[in-house]
Amino acid sequence: MDAGRLARTLSRIAHEIVERHPDLQRTALVGVRTRGVPIARRLVQAISASEKRVPKLGALDITLYRDDLTTMAPNPVVRGTDIPFSIDGVTVILVDDVLFTGRTVRAALDELIDFGRPSRIELAVLVDRGHRELPIRADYAGKTITTARGESVQVQLQEQDGCDRVLLLEPEAPAAKPKRGRK
Amino acid sequence: MSLFPHRHLLGIEPLAPAEILSILDTAESMKEILDRPIKKVPTLRGKTVVNLFYEASTRTRSSFEVAERVLSADSLSIATATSSTTKGETLLDTAWNLEAMKPDMIIIRHASSGAPHFLAQHCRPSIVNAGDGAHEHPTQALLDALTLRQRKGRLQGLRVAIVGDLLHSRVARSNLWLLTKLGADVILCGPPTLVPPGIEALAPVTHRIDEACEGADAIMMLRVQRERMSGGYFPSSREYHVRFGLTEARVQRAKKDVVVLHPGPMNRGVEIATEVADGPYSVILDQVTNGVAIRMAVLYLLLGGQSEVQA
Repeated sequence: MDAGRLARTLSRIAHEIVERHPDLQRTALVGVRTRGVPIARRLVQAISASEKRVPKLGALDITLYRDDLTTMAPNPVVRGTDIPFSIDGVTVILVDDVLFTGRTVRAALDELIDFGRPSRIELAVLVDRGHRELPIRADYAGKTITTARGESVQVQLQEQDGCDRVLLLEPEAPAAKPKRGRK
Repeated sequence: MSLFPHRHLLGIEPLAPAEILSILDTAESMKEILDRPIKKVPTLRGKTVVNLFYEASTRTRSSFEVAERVLSADSLSIATATSSTTKGETLLDTAWNLEAMKPDMIIIRHASSGAPHFLAQHCRPSIVNAGDGAHEHPTQALLDALTLRQRKGRLQGLRVAIVGDLLHSRVARSNLWLLTKLGADVILCGPPTLVPPGIEALAPVTHRIDEACEGADAIMMLRVQRERMSGGYFPSSREYHVRFGLTEARVQRAKKDVVVLHPGPMNRGVEIATEVADGPYSVILDQVTNGVAIRMAVLYLLLGGQSEVQA
């Protein structure tokens, strides 16, 4: 997926969000660190281009809620959560780059619920690559692709990687790069 | 690369500058949890931490306890006044017995320098030094550095005066290590009877508080540790205050945006005047909040992931 395609995909998701939630003031987009955050910011920008009302924007760091923390070495970096508004009664749309096993979303749901009681939580992702390990689905998916488990989907964004694109990478030889997070 | 490749936190002296910064950055990220409606994250669920305090403590112990609760660790606090220590049990026997209860970490404060290092050699759990004699108090130095960095935006090149009872102060030693490692300019000040011999090799020493305060970005006051003083180090508290107490007039000699730190508990009217302690440049209560954040970061970095370091 190249930069143009990525931009069109985001603008389509933004339109879907506006269509489903006319009351944008009671809506918040919360990006999951790290790449969910710039994607959420772009979605808010896209919405503000056509609408007068703009949803709130937050960031969620799920490191402290991971279910595989005790098996990870070294410790992942904690980058901080930033939700500067009350989420009580608000529709929260979680935003992430890739939906894979669903475990990140599980952690994000747990964390979000510690902040209050949203009226509804939805999920928007740029890429849904399948292989779910939990009963979780996306409400907005930019693109659904079929992948092999060993492959990896890499989203690169201008803000962090210097360019906009989505790559599907072949599985690497385990000797060259041991799977992250497992000992 | 690991953020913090250690199993214990025994002091600041053995740490690399990058490791110190990764503790400060982690604490900065975790501080936000304390402002949430539910101040709890499940990170250390199922981990057990023992707080073993052989000396009196309000701030350090309660802030470790808060940090443990926020991260969902189970904790157990032992006040030695009501424990078998009073029946003559040795430190090592106490530690072995606690170890048999399978804790993941022991946080220890002890009147003898080196007590945490001794436990680290003989016990399996991670050991955190919460103050050992006149040696080190690493989490205090870390929270002081976090407070300074928040106020000044940097540590590099700051002029910091450390004033008071240098002889008995573990806070002074840990801060001296930390600040010099991160490039601050430290000046030490205390009465000649309370300056340990040889410390001038680490930072310049003066016996005049006015000189120490001159142009300072930060003034760190140390508590006069009467409980550790057996002889007459100075004639009277009043005399100490006149010669070495931080007064409004002395603060005026420092930079306009100076901050005043004190590790607590304060002896008002001895090392610090009340109007300074409650003044606008005082960051003493910020230090306490940052203390919880620093201790959360230390718990997370030592217990959060799977340990790579086996020794």
